[in-house]
Amino acid sequence: MRHIISLLMANEAGALSRVAGLFSARGYNIESLSVAPTEDTTMSRMTIVTSGSDAVIEQINKQLNKLVDVVAVMDLSEGEHLERELMLVKVRAQGDDREELKRMTDIFCGRVIEVSNSTYTIELTGEGAKLNNFLETIGRELILETVRTGASGIGSGERILKL
Amino acid sequence: MELTGAEIVIRCLQEEQVEYVFGYPGGAVLFIYDELFKQDKVKHVLVRHEQAAVHAADGYSRSTEKVGVAIVTSGPGLTNAVTGIATAYMDSIPMVIISGQVPTYAIGEDAFQEVDAVGITRPCVKHNFLVKDPKDIAATIKKAFYLASTGRPGPVLVDIPKDVSNQKAHFEYPASVNIRSYHPPGNGDGGQIKRAAQMLLEAKRPMIYAGGGVVLSGASGQLTDLVRLLGFPVTNTLMGLGGYPATDRQSLGMPGMHGTYEANMAMHHCDVLLAVGARFDDRVIGNVEHFAQEQRKIIHIDIDPSSIAKRVKVDVPIVGDVKLVLDELLGVLRSSRQKPDAADLAAWWKQVDEWRAKGGGLRYRNSSEIIKPQFVIEKLYEITGGDAYITSDVGQHQMWTAQYYKFDKPRRWVNSGGLGTMGFGLPAAMGVQLAHPGETVACVTGEGSIQMNIQELSTCKQFRLPIKVVALNNRYLGMVRQWQEFFHGNRYSESYMDALPDFVKLAEAYGHVGMRIDNPSDVEPALKEAFARKNDLVFMDFRTDSTENVFPMVPGGKGLSEVILAEDL
Repeated sequence: MRHIISLLMANEAGALSRVAGLFSARGYNIESLSVAPTEDTTMSRMTIVTSGSDAVIEQINKQLNKLVDVVAVMDLSEGEHLERELMLVKVRAQGDDREELKRMTDIFCGRVIEVSNSTYTIELTGEGAKLNNFLETIGRELILETVRTGASGIGSGERILKL
Repeated sequence: MELTGAEIVIRCLQEEQVEYVFGYPGGAVLFIYDELFKQDKVKHVLVRHEQAAVHAADGYSRSTEKVGVAIVTSGPGLTNAVTGIATAYMDSIPMVIISGQVPTYAIGEDAFQEVDAVGITRPCVKHNFLVKDPKDIAATIKKAFYLASTGRPGPVLVDIPKDVSNQKAHFEYPASVNIRSYHPPGNGDGGQIKRAAQMLLEAKRPMIYAGGGVVLSGASGQLTDLVRLLGFPVTNTLMGLGGYPATDRQSLGMPGMHGTYEANMAMHHCDVLLAVGARFDDRVIGNVEHFAQEQRKIIHIDIDPSSIAKRVKVDVPIVGDVKLVLDELLGVLRSSRQKPDAADLAAWWKQVDEWRAKGGGLRYRNSSEIIKPQFVIEKLYEITGGDAYITSDVGQHQMWTAQYYKFDKPRRWVNSGGLGTMGFGLPAAMGVQLAHPGETVACVTGEGSIQMNIQELSTCKQFRLPIKVVALNNRYLGMVRQWQEFFHGNRYSESYMDALPDFVKLAEAYGHVGMRIDNPSDVEPALKEAFARKNDLVFMDFRTDSTENVFPMVPGGKGLSEVILAEDL
């Protein structure tokens, strides 16, 4: 089953490689991984999307907690949470396609953030499924390049991961 | 006060009351060695290979309760140390390894003797640090000792670039450590401990399975009290030997691949299993699915939450320091009016004793013609009064020693259990002997393992370490040969050790005493003579039966009740 794990870790050199190394050494899946500093500059937030049986997910949580640089771990999938991903897509936009692509972007609540004679670059955020849906809708032949950040997640309401 | 980085390193070691560091100098640690030279509080033991430095620090730690310390230089110094670090990591041994690094300005430029030490060691340390500023050295070393010795212990590496060891900074050794992301468990959960107590009191076929965590946590007294209070059978793993007296009737010996029949059958058929500081590893419970076929409740006490429910389902998990948890569990049991059911327990013991009689797990056919390796260990046990510090290498001799040397006390048995590192025994014995100068220290080894670190005979000479090397020389990589005989159609691929050195001459060349023993009748006199030489290292080359196998044996991937006994073949 797919799980989205959120963690806070010390913003130390090599901290990211400890987490990535743990996943590869123990044979855990990583679907996506995103990391950036938080409002507390000594700490980074990492969001990992992984999958596995309940036993594997339990081990992942325990092993992450064992890393000295990891301050707190939360399996967001265990409760209500919000999930967003940012995608940039460059598409071939010529002739009739230009209008159609603009319309589709509007329907998906995206934005065209750069225009050239022959291309659009579209920005879209949402859950992974929505982004996939958008890509399917516009069709592979028009897509020149996609860049996705991987999921970021946050607990709903009072469900907070903070020190 | 302003000190150089190197001075700070040594001052930190002094503050930590480090008695010995084991190491090997090189370019990147020259400033540190210069400061070592200028003082005499921290004594340095010069090994002949960095792997041995780490094993020696490891042996020192295992036989005491102290943190072992090793210093190695950058590049090959560090890579040579990696096997030792991984060995300590797998067995949760508290150690601090200080490695030199190329100067900060050269890092990443493929400088001479540069290697990414933090990257290479990351999967086999509890934590590691690269110190880029001399003002961070003291706090980092303080953290390293704290991390190594608290919680589930383990090795911690501190990598120090050469320029950092030569720059000055203010020195003040921190009085305490606070790492916001690190909170080692202490007491276990009271409610869970009460549940465990109740489950133990209601058990009909109880079994206690005690691992290395008992030894590391210094809880053998508590374990012994618990086992006697409840009257239950107990088995100590390879890492846990000595955690409960092996000569006691309630001890069923070691479990696992080469464990006793009674220990394995009791593990398999019990209805309540109390696991203490043990991790249900593949060499202990064999096939997990097979183990799960029998219904039993499992109580698991461990300081590392990730050890619990890793391979088997656990009914009552208790995360905490084994010693503290056992103290509390003993309190609950002592204040309870309920006692284990005497009739149930008597019936269970009757069954256990039947297994003990049937398995007779530790039988071998002795010979008057050829030396049986088990016979040597039995005599070693007798002659040392069962009270020596014994290190071992890895292979058949290790298993025979674990089986036939009845350890009654913790920290007397020093071996590489998790990683299974050949070459561990001799350097580990050096650390043990330095920690216990007046005590008897023997290294049981084979002609294969000993050659992996035989250069340390030179270190033993330099530091006058009167270790007794008991080499069971069967001219084969015995455990490999055994598996080839059982599972690979007797095709002894590369397991024969041709062109062995004359170990007697070799020992003499290093300035020690060498003995060669070919006949069973000479085993006892030779051991007596060797152990009477209190001040000499004696290398005993026992020419043993090359066809002897280790029994009982649970073949890889099989279940605990699918054991092969000696008489089955």
